[in-house]
Amino acid sequence: MAFDHSFLSEGGNFPQTRWSVIAAAGSDDSAERSRALDVLFTAYWKPVYKYIRLKFAKAPDQAQDLTQGVFMELFERDLLSRFDAGKSRLRTYIRMCVDSFVLNEIKHAGRQKRGGDAVHLALDFPGAEGELRAQTIDPASIPSPEQFEEFFEKEWIRSLFSSAVEDLRQVCEVPKRQAAFSLFEIYDLCGDETVSYAQLAEQRGLSVSEITNQLAWARREFRRLVQQRLRSLCATDEEFARESRALFGGKL
Amino acid sequence: MSNFLNDKAVERLRNAGALLEFPGTRYVLQEFLARGGMGTVYAAQDKTLNRRVAIKVLDSSDPHGELQERLLREARVLAKLEHPGIVPVHDAGTLADGRVFYVMKFVEGSRVDQSVASVSSLPERLRLFLRICETVSFAHSRGILHRDLKPANVMVGAFGEVLVMDWGLAKILQPDAAGRSEETIVSTAPLSDTVAADTATQITSATQDGTVMGTPGFMSPEQAQGKSSLLDARTDIFSLGKLLEVMVKPAKNSTAFRIPRALGAICEKACAENLPERYGSVSALAADISQYLDGMPVSAHRENLWEWTQRFYIRYQAAILLITVYLLMRTLFVFLGRP
Repeated sequence: MAFDHSFLSEGGNFPQTRWSVIAAAGSDDSAERSRALDVLFTAYWKPVYKYIRLKFAKAPDQAQDLTQGVFMELFERDLLSRFDAGKSRLRTYIRMCVDSFVLNEIKHAGRQKRGGDAVHLALDFPGAEGELRAQTIDPASIPSPEQFEEFFEKEWIRSLFSSAVEDLRQVCEVPKRQAAFSLFEIYDLCGDETVSYAQLAEQRGLSVSEITNQLAWARREFRRLVQQRLRSLCATDEEFARESRALFGGKL
Repeated sequence: MSNFLNDKAVERLRNAGALLEFPGTRYVLQEFLARGGMGTVYAAQDKTLNRRVAIKVLDSSDPHGELQERLLREARVLAKLEHPGIVPVHDAGTLADGRVFYVMKFVEGSRVDQSVASVSSLPERLRLFLRICETVSFAHSRGILHRDLKPANVMVGAFGEVLVMDWGLAKILQPDAAGRSEETIVSTAPLSDTVAADTATQITSATQDGTVMGTPGFMSPEQAQGKSSLLDARTDIFSLGKLLEVMVKPAKNSTAFRIPRALGAICEKACAENLPERYGSVSALAADISQYLDGMPVSAHRENLWEWTQRFYIRYQAAILLITVYLLMRTLFVFLGRP
C-alpha cells in the first residue's frame, strides 16, 4: 500500500505535523477517515497478520481474511473512538481488538465469510508470509504463548522502521542524497561491521569526515521519518514523547 | 535489496536513530558505543579541537530531574579525580530536550581480564595491577570510593595505559563545598565498544543502610549486606583482591605459571571477610605486591624455612651462582695445585 509522502519535509528533528490517526478516524470527513485507515493499515497490517498466523495458528488464507476483517471492524464499529491514550498504548489496544475479533470469529465460524461484500485491500500477503517463514525457520525463534505480546511489539517496530526506510529511500532519490542512502544501507541496514569509516572513505574517494556527515544526515533523516510516522500513530504529545523515547532513547 | 529488516537490522536502526544531535555545541555525533543502566555512550567529533571524544547521555525519561543530577554528579566525581588512570572529563551540558550529557576522553582498548590473557609473565600482570592500585589509592586520597571495581571497569589502552572506568557507583566520603557528605551515581556502560557493557551491575538510587549496590562476585560482604555506613577504603580493597585473583589466574590449560603461596595469601588478605583482617589501605596492598615482585617477604604470609630458602635463592640467584662457581674453581685449583 502506498503511503502519502507529501507531508515529509526537510529539516527539524521533530515532526511538524500534529495529525493523528485517532482524531482522523473519528472525523466527519470521509477523506480524513480513509487516510486514517491507510496510515493504520500501513503500520499494523503485517504485525497483525503475523500475530494471527502464529498466535491463532491460522492458515495463510484465513489469516489474510482475518487481518482485513480486523481493520474493517475497527472502522465500521468506530472502535478507535473508544481508545483511551491515558490507559494504554495504541498498539496494545489494537492487539486486544485483534484477540477479541479473532476469538469472536472462531466462535461464530459458520457465519458468512468475509470477502463477499467486504472491501479487500491489496496487501502483499505473500511477502509477509515469506518474511514469517524466514523468521520462524529456526523453531527456537517461534514465540511461546507468553511471548506473543512482545512479538507483536517487535513486529510493530519492524513495520514502522521498514516504512521509514522506504520513506528515506524516496527522500534520497535526488542525486545529491543517493550516496548518503547507499552508505546508510551498507552501514546501518546491512550492518557490515568489518568496514570502518576510513575504509568506506577510501573505497569512495571521500574523506572520513564526509562519510561521517553523510551517515549522520541519513540517520537524522531516518529518525525524523520514524518520528513523523510515529506522531501520526499517537493520540497525544505525551504518548508520542514516551514512544519516541522508548524507540530511540531507552529500552522498550 | 529486500524490504525486510531482520532483528539485527532493527536493533542497528534503533541505535543509529538514537544518535543524537548536539545543536549549538561543538560536538558532532559519530556512532553509538554502548548502552548501560541509564546512560548511553556515543563517539563524537569535537569540531573545535578536531578530536574524537566520548559522550555519555542520560537516556531515561526523568520527570523529576533526579537521574540528571546523578549523571552530573558522576561527571563531577570524574572531574575531581585528575589522574592518568582516570578518564578525564572535558565538558558537560544539556541537550535541547533537557537531557544532560558529559564529554570525556575517547578511549580505545580492552578489558583488563582480556588484556592479561595474552600476558604470560606473572610479574608483568602484577605490574599492571599495581597501576590499578595507584589509581584507586589516588581516588581514596581524594575521599572517593569506587565501589564497583571489576574486570569490566578496568581498561588497558593501546599503549598499555591502565584506566579505571565507570565511577557510576562512586561514593564521596568527604563533604563537598555544598556540604553533601555522600553522593551516589547510577552505573552506566563503559566507554569503548571494545569493552562489553556489564549490565549485571546492580543499580540503585540511594546509599542508606540496607541498600545493596555493586557487582556480585566482586563486592565486599559489607557492601552485599547493604551496610553503607561501614564502607571505607577496605571495601575497594576487597574488590581489588578479587580483581587480583582474576588477573593472576593462569589461562585455561596453561602451564605458564601457578599462583605462588605468597601471592595467594595477598589475595586472601585483601578479600578477608572481616574488615579488620584486610589491608588497611590500597598502598599497603600495593606495597605487598611490590615486595613480592622484589623477592622480599610479604606481610600477608609467614614463610617457612623451605619457602625462605626458595625465595632467597630466586632473589640472589646470580650472586649464589657466581659464588658457587668461584668456590668450585677454588676447590679445583686447590686439588690441581697439589703435588
